[in-house]
Amino acid sequence: MTAYVPAEMKRSRSAGADRTFTLFTAGAAWLVLVLLGATALSMAWGGRLAFQTFGLDFIISPEWDAVQGKFGALVPIYGTLATSAIALVIAFPVSIGIALFLTEIAPRWSRGPIGIAVELLAAIPSIIYGMWGLFVFAPFMGANVEPWLTEHVGDWPILGPLFNGPPIGIGMLTAGIVLGIMIIPFIAAVARDVFAEVPAPLKEAAVALGSTRWEVLTKVTLPYTRSAIIGAIFLGLGRALGETMAVTFVLGNAHDLSVSLLMPSNSIAAAIANEFTEADSELYRSSLIALAFLLFVVTLIVLSFAKLLLVRLKRIHGRTL
Amino acid sequence: MTGSRVLQRKVVDAVALVFAGAATLFGLFWLFWILWTTLQNGIGALNPALFTQMTPPPGSEGGLLNAFYGSAMMILLAVAIGAPVGLAAGTYLAEHGRYTRLGAVVSFLNDVLLSAPSIVIGLFVYEMVVASMGHFSGYAGALALAMILLPVIVRTSDEALRIVPDQMREAAFALGIPRWKVTSQILFKAALSAIVTGVLLGIARIAGETAPLLFTALSNQFWTSSLNEPLANLPVVIFQYAMSPYDEWHELAWAGAFMLTLFVLGLNIAVRLIVRRRKRS
Repeated sequence: MTAYVPAEMKRSRSAGADRTFTLFTAGAAWLVLVLLGATALSMAWGGRLAFQTFGLDFIISPEWDAVQGKFGALVPIYGTLATSAIALVIAFPVSIGIALFLTEIAPRWSRGPIGIAVELLAAIPSIIYGMWGLFVFAPFMGANVEPWLTEHVGDWPILGPLFNGPPIGIGMLTAGIVLGIMIIPFIAAVARDVFAEVPAPLKEAAVALGSTRWEVLTKVTLPYTRSAIIGAIFLGLGRALGETMAVTFVLGNAHDLSVSLLMPSNSIAAAIANEFTEADSELYRSSLIALAFLLFVVTLIVLSFAKLLLVRLKRIHGRTL
Repeated sequence: MTGSRVLQRKVVDAVALVFAGAATLFGLFWLFWILWTTLQNGIGALNPALFTQMTPPPGSEGGLLNAFYGSAMMILLAVAIGAPVGLAAGTYLAEHGRYTRLGAVVSFLNDVLLSAPSIVIGLFVYEMVVASMGHFSGYAGALALAMILLPVIVRTSDEALRIVPDQMREAAFALGIPRWKVTSQILFKAALSAIVTGVLLGIARIAGETAPLLFTALSNQFWTSSLNEPLANLPVVIFQYAMSPYDEWHELAWAGAFMLTLFVLGLNIAVRLIVRRRKRS
């Protein structure tokens, strides 16, 4: 430990107590690193049987058959990526819109309450999203949105097959939308804070040249805050990839690979949540832990990117990351 | 520049502003829809039996007493473990290791850990604790929650100490007070309310965590006061009951969801009021 200790204090009698205190706090700091490393290692160790048995097939095979002891995780991997992509497509424009509204348009008195209300979306436990998704939102999607999509978008050339399917409500599209709602507050909060930090003279100069507010946003604010906005997207992506409960409720726990976003599917986190306590063989358990390892490593990389891009962002008290 | 070009820019601008307003309404719309659903289904399912009876077998009525108790015990234990360790690590980041490489690395990875998937943490505790003990237990659940709480406390206590003005440190050092006493008796006191706020936010965060409890505390249909056995807890009971085909269980799941939302949102709003009042004074 090379903590800074003033020279004159080293001579004092309490130097020993000081060193002990510093070492104690440094030990706690180390613990954070140890726990992170231990989690990754223990997942790699627990999943080694699956990796050894299936090799690359574990990632590229869609065959997940507990009875025959064959575990290929393409379906949950695809489901995780597809739902997260849907979530970002929804959350990104909405979050930018909310940030623009809160920094430029809303009356000053209303900015605080509206900002808090949006942040509360992040406070709602994910299991509540899941219950609402299962009992309210999925039936709504199945009865209203999905039949419309199949009828009007289902025969489009490239996008069509994505939206052609049985209107059962539960599936990747519904899960992706729920995820999108869940990550809006994270992206919106970062975007709002960085928008507010754009130096006023820059914006005033653009306005003086006759820019509209839309032009100020696209030609001054967004270029100025680009790295933080990309960081916010990665943060949202990291959140969406690892979200478990909400997705478990509305994804349907199916192990079939389907193009249609209206079909039930699976995600890495949902597969673990649904199947781990029922996994009756060593290989089954190991396969689920191997999935957890992949998820953990990918989210750590994504979140590290987010953190690197957000590093310039001033920390705001009480908000995390 | 022609007139139609100006008009076009104005139209684009107006459309963008309307979109921004609509996006905000879109965000708030979901918040109110979800809260309304929870309120509507939860209020109707509330009754005194919720707090006096145990979770029932399928098809019969009961309460959630054991789940409330189990959740409370695990949250308390998680705070008892996670808060002191988190405070110590936060103290290192803000005070003793502010300019060290370890401090920078821990600060970075701590923020990453904050958003790491909680289900993986549940599996980690399963591998470490449940597998070696041979059974699910409330202790394992509390440890998983403590691991999720830890980065929250590290971050909030770090920030709480950093907003203490440097003059206070300098004044204390000038009096010849040793560094550990400055930290533990002066800075902690100055940052106390912010540290407590952080713990409250942390409790709000772990109260609704379901995924890490699935393989650690599991659940328990019966009353047990022992943390060394599978322990009923609100989130997992809500999950199991909501996924079941029984109407009585759905009712209980909604009642539990309502109580959980009330607790978590109440805590969040209370924390924001405290912070705002502190900023004003």
